[in-house]
Amino acid sequence: MPKFISFAVLRNNMVKTKFTKETYESWYEQMLLMRRFEEKSAQLYGQQKIKGFCHLYIGQEAVVAGTVSATRKDDRHITAYRDHAHAIALGIPSREVMAELFGKVTGCSKGKGGSMHMFSKEHNFFGGHGIVGGQIPLGAGIALADQYRGGDQVTICSFGDGAARQGALHETFNMAMLWKLPVIFIVENNGYAMGTSVERTTNVLDMSVIGAGYAMPSFVVDGMKPETVHEAIAEAVERARKGDGPTYLEIRTYRYRGHSMSDPAKYRTKEEVEDYKKKDPLEVVKTTMLKNKFADEKWFDEMETKIEAIINDSVEFAENSAWPEPEALWEDVYVQSDYPFIRE
Amino acid sequence: MRSIQYREALREALSEEMRKDPNIFLLGEEVAEYNGAYKVSQGMLDEFGAKRIIDTPIAELGFAGIGVGAAMNGLRPIVEFMTFNFSLVAIDQVINAAAKIYQMSGGQFNIPMVFRGPTGSAGQLGAQHSQAFENWYANCPGLKVVVPSNPYDAKGLLKSAILDNDPVIFMESEQMYGDKGEVPEEEYYLPIGKAVIKNEGTDVTIVSFGKIIKVVYQAAEQLAKDGISVEVIDLRTVRPIDYDTIIESVKKTNRLVIVEEAWPLASISSEITYMVQKNAFDYLDAPIRRVTTEDTPLGYAPTFVQAFLPSVDKVVKAVKSVMYR
Ligand SMILES: Cc1ncc(C[n+]2csc(CCOP(=O)(O)OP(=O)(O)O)c2C)c(N)n1
Ligand SMILES: [Mg+2]
Repeated sequence: MPKFISFAVLRNNMVKTKFTKETYESWYEQMLLMRRFEEKSAQLYGQQKIKGFCHLYIGQEAVVAGTVSATRKDDRHITAYRDHAHAIALGIPSREVMAELFGKVTGCSKGKGGSMHMFSKEHNFFGGHGIVGGQIPLGAGIALADQYRGGDQVTICSFGDGAARQGALHETFNMAMLWKLPVIFIVENNGYAMGTSVERTTNVLDMSVIGAGYAMPSFVVDGMKPETVHEAIAEAVERARKGDGPTYLEIRTYRYRGHSMSDPAKYRTKEEVEDYKKKDPLEVVKTTMLKNKFADEKWFDEMETKIEAIINDSVEFAENSAWPEPEALWEDVYVQSDYPFIRE
Repeated sequence: MRSIQYREALREALSEEMRKDPNIFLLGEEVAEYNGAYKVSQGMLDEFGAKRIIDTPIAELGFAGIGVGAAMNGLRPIVEFMTFNFSLVAIDQVINAAAKIYQMSGGQFNIPMVFRGPTGSAGQLGAQHSQAFENWYANCPGLKVVVPSNPYDAKGLLKSAILDNDPVIFMESEQMYGDKGEVPEEEYYLPIGKAVIKNEGTDVTIVSFGKIIKVVYQAAEQLAKDGISVEVIDLRTVRPIDYDTIIESVKKTNRLVIVEEAWPLASISSEITYMVQKNAFDYLDAPIRRVTTEDTPLGYAPTFVQAFLPSVDKVVKAVKSVMYR
């Protein structure tokens, strides 16, 4: 008889781990970099330096910060188009992320991807993907390759609450469980898919229940704190490394901005946004750090200055970089270097 | 005559037909409460209510198939894809169900429905959001494929598509929704499968369709200054293709250029080229030329967008080459 799990386990979101001063410093620094980087990006979008679709992660920073601190450098990450923060947190120099936003040849995808398609093989970042839910099977496949080779790497596959409605998720969850793939599925539940709230897409408001249909260990996690995210990921990583297969985490978070730069976000109230801002991950971490005397106000001021310099340097780098040559359109399409394209 | 936007023309077509037939309903992502990702269905929730203007989760395969099922059982669904890039998630239901069921059932179950949404590139959106699948759908028997290039055509053709008793793929463009054009107040229908001659000319025929035809008009203007008289044909529909109008024109001008926003291999332009050489070979004074997008995915940088798309320069060059000038 298969083991029957009726409901997902609600994680006790009380933090048990004692995190060090260094961990807090690094979380704060990373999150501040993500935040300021994207605030700058929004400004540059207004100036038409950045074009196309541009989806900001502002508000959700703790999710990626806690994920990265709980994983190893050789673990794999894949996400959707809301990918700037992932790229930065995984260590892609913010210069290269900014240059990619500009579409410059020095960008991490050589100006081919833009905002939605950051990639870095070097940093085990398997990319930002534009078709909602498309990265879910890819994440499982990346994990399959590690399992196949007998490696102990784990894949972190992130997607949005809207993506959970794609058939691809359900097919993949079943196979990932069946084959005990070393993958952690994260739904970054920010409450909305574009203008559609979670309540308007389902009767099952507890999104973590989705995993139960596949007997996948599933947990609800507070996504406004890197501590809770880190703990949940660390447990899931342990399970995956041991060969016990996937975990599904519903990480509850919020995006402060609209879906993309063109969305005025009229479908929600100012109060709702303000309520979440009260739980702002940067503020929460700062308060904890001050309380534990991990840092003083001066440290935070210096951090602002340091990050500002990095952002300015990134923008300057992007500005001064070259556009890709038009000829590069025919490069990176096939590995075969003399592929016979049709050309007039 | 009054001038309205392309998106308003579409909205009028939808609303007029919905007022007449309660079996017509619209279903797709963000169509109702958000008033449409590109505001085509603005205000329609207020008029028709949530039963007929239905917001779906992001589940293209499911809601496309639900549309087909509803059509089998007597309704006339209009399925909106936020863009046709995302229709690939649903293409099984379009090709294996919508396009096949009438034939498989020996004519018992027809599928009177429309799949609509924007196609093609729309600026710097990267490879997954810049694709044109007109020829993919046009390749499939059982479907009709309409690609209107202006507000007047959009309205008249969408009204016909909604009344059509076969499944129609109706392809718009993010970059045209704001375009304004003359649209009469009174109702009208345009026939699916009929091309239109937009610009009479004598030296060369240019066949095109969809938003890229704007490039053709600009090229034609420029060529006119060089004394080259261009006949522009807007296909309006790419399945069926109105070969007669093309061949008649080629018999007059003896030269043909086809301009298409799509990859070149097995495209609408290759198909037209075959039919014209077969049926009007003796009339041709030069090999047929085409201007398509380049044979690559479209990258994000502006240099790629520029190099990738058909441009006025490319069209002018192609025309001059068939004119041996
Ligand atoms: C298959 C598919 N359908 C529709 C879209 C258009 N689209 C892009 S993002 C989005 C909303 C996704 O919301 P969610 O998964 O919650 O992620 P979030 O944007 O909140 O991070 C939609 C509908 C798409 N990119 N792909
Ligand atoms: Mg969301």
